[in-house]
Amino acid sequence: MTKLLEIEGLQTHFFTRDGVAKAVDGVSLSLDRGEILGLVGESGSGKSVTGFSILGLVDPPGRVVGGRIVFDGADLVAGGERMMRGLRGRRIAMIFQDPMMTLNPVLRIDTQMIETVRAHADVSRAAARERAREALVRVGISSPDERLESYPHQFSGGMRQRVAIAIALLHEPDLIIADEPTTALDVTIQAQILSEVQTLCAEAGTALIWITHDLAVVSGLADRLAVMYAGRIIEAGPTAGIIARPAHPYTKGLIESVPQGKRHGTLLKQIGGMTPSLLHLPRGCKFAPRCPRADAACDPEPPLAEIAAGRGVRCVHPHLEAEESAAS
Amino acid sequence: MIVYLVRRFGQSLLAIVAMAILVFVGVYAIGNPVDVLINPEASQAEIAATTARLGLDKPLWQQFGIFVWNAAQGDLGTSFVYGRPALEIIVDRLPATMELALVALILSVGLGVPLGVWAGLRPESVAGRTIMGGSILGFSLPNFWQGMLLILVFAVLLGWLPAGGRGETVEVLGMRLSFLTLDGLSHLILPAINLALFKMSLIIRLARANTREVCLQDYVKFARAKGLSGRRVVMVHILKNIMIPVVTIIGLELGSMVAFAIVTETVFAWPGMGKLLIDSINLLDRPVIVAYLMLTVLIIVTINLVVDVIYSLLDPRIRLSEVKG
Repeated sequence: MTKLLEIEGLQTHFFTRDGVAKAVDGVSLSLDRGEILGLVGESGSGKSVTGFSILGLVDPPGRVVGGRIVFDGADLVAGGERMMRGLRGRRIAMIFQDPMMTLNPVLRIDTQMIETVRAHADVSRAAARERAREALVRVGISSPDERLESYPHQFSGGMRQRVAIAIALLHEPDLIIADEPTTALDVTIQAQILSEVQTLCAEAGTALIWITHDLAVVSGLADRLAVMYAGRIIEAGPTAGIIARPAHPYTKGLIESVPQGKRHGTLLKQIGGMTPSLLHLPRGCKFAPRCPRADAACDPEPPLAEIAAGRGVRCVHPHLEAEESAAS
Repeated sequence: MIVYLVRRFGQSLLAIVAMAILVFVGVYAIGNPVDVLINPEASQAEIAATTARLGLDKPLWQQFGIFVWNAAQGDLGTSFVYGRPALEIIVDRLPATMELALVALILSVGLGVPLGVWAGLRPESVAGRTIMGGSILGFSLPNFWQGMLLILVFAVLLGWLPAGGRGETVEVLGMRLSFLTLDGLSHLILPAINLALFKMSLIIRLARANTREVCLQDYVKFARAKGLSGRRVVMVHILKNIMIPVVTIIGLELGSMVAFAIVTETVFAWPGMGKLLIDSINLLDRPVIVAYLMLTVLIIVTINLVVDVIYSLLDPRIRLSEVKG
């Protein structure tokens, strides 16, 4: 079966006054139909920019300068704005981080939903409205008729995110890119939204790229993980494997910095230092300055090497299984 | 909404009363009109008689009381100079000014908003920079000088348009209007452009700044991510958001355009209210000055009231807070 999405060597750079910020520099990943990929990284690691690059929505001064994004056989980088507009919202939808900001404050919910339906389907207003109503019901919004007449400010954050999800689902897309959609929400709402998105995607066979900085959120959701650091993927593979035995020192650091019940009372481990500025990246491995295992071999930067089936890591000194078991 | 309107109306009424006191006292302070009005060789008795006839022998508070009493009945006094009711003289001139201000408003909004949005969408483009450069000229060159240049170029050098006056008018509902005849329209164009240039520049800059800000908002990106056409994103999602500040400015500026089109009216010999005010000040024609200022206050207050209502139509969040308040 062909992949739904294949990204090869994607480079998205921002041409700022102070120099070129290589927000995404050589990212490759692929996604099957119905698969859920967790794209994990700290702020500024390039995970959101990767998402926007797929939709062709990188704002100037940013630009996709290299690589290929092949969606269901069509090259999105080469395809023009016309083709992208046809895909956006219909076959690839996106959910944003801050639900307070994603709905237009001066337009009613029905306006914002109906226009989405009619952007891709030649239907009457009434039919479009009916589809919008159904979509609201699907995401668990009660009294949808009344809700359609409301403005965004009359909704809570969780409700707005549900509306945003309903909008994303309107055309039953093949792929949804969710950019930290639960970060701005309360924990209880987070869990609800998470399970709802999971159910809805499973029902419709929709593939999902879940962008997050929160490993705890994504570990229960994603089939596979890709960990990003400074515009690169530094580790990728099945979720269970990565969570149980992270190979890259950065991934290991991320997992250890998540609070866990059994380590209660002990100090949380943290990764020393800060993410490097994209304008002044270090030579060689970008994580080396913060890495406890770094040495002279970390320059030049290693490639993403396969250490097991479907498991890639970009490190000269990975934490390997053999070594782990020898130590214990 | 109704509670809000009533409250807002009360505020307007207060503003009008406060302004009435200010205007009356202010005008009283600028000099004795009798000195200007009658023959300098007149006898003391004649001066006293004139003063008494005009009601100027009474103390200030009494004069004000009479003024308010009459004003409440729609009588703002009789012009010392023309011997006709002041309001009537002003209302005679009102259509000319209104017409000029409205055409100028249509020009400044009709051109200013699209140009500003365009410049905001493409701030780095040649067109965007040109629009911004032009707008700086628009509000840094003095108004009278712009007017004179317009006359020089279009009336004198090219000879396309007349240099001044109102041209042929048509009477509609008792008002003489220029824009319905070709001749009148040709007289109207230059002064309207002159009056519009400053406001247009202001609106361009405002629209541009707001467009740039709104473009960065997530909801614009989300709108694009929904697959909407660029046209729909700009015409609905961006435009509706930038219209809120633009409407404020239009409201403020329309009032000042109607009230103080004086410079333009003088340069183009446009027989409007502004010119009347200047003449009346020169002659110390108190009732006309007072009536003019009161009418101006009334116009500005009314426009602001209307703007507030339009606001609540544009921004649902304002509507809600009023229901709560």
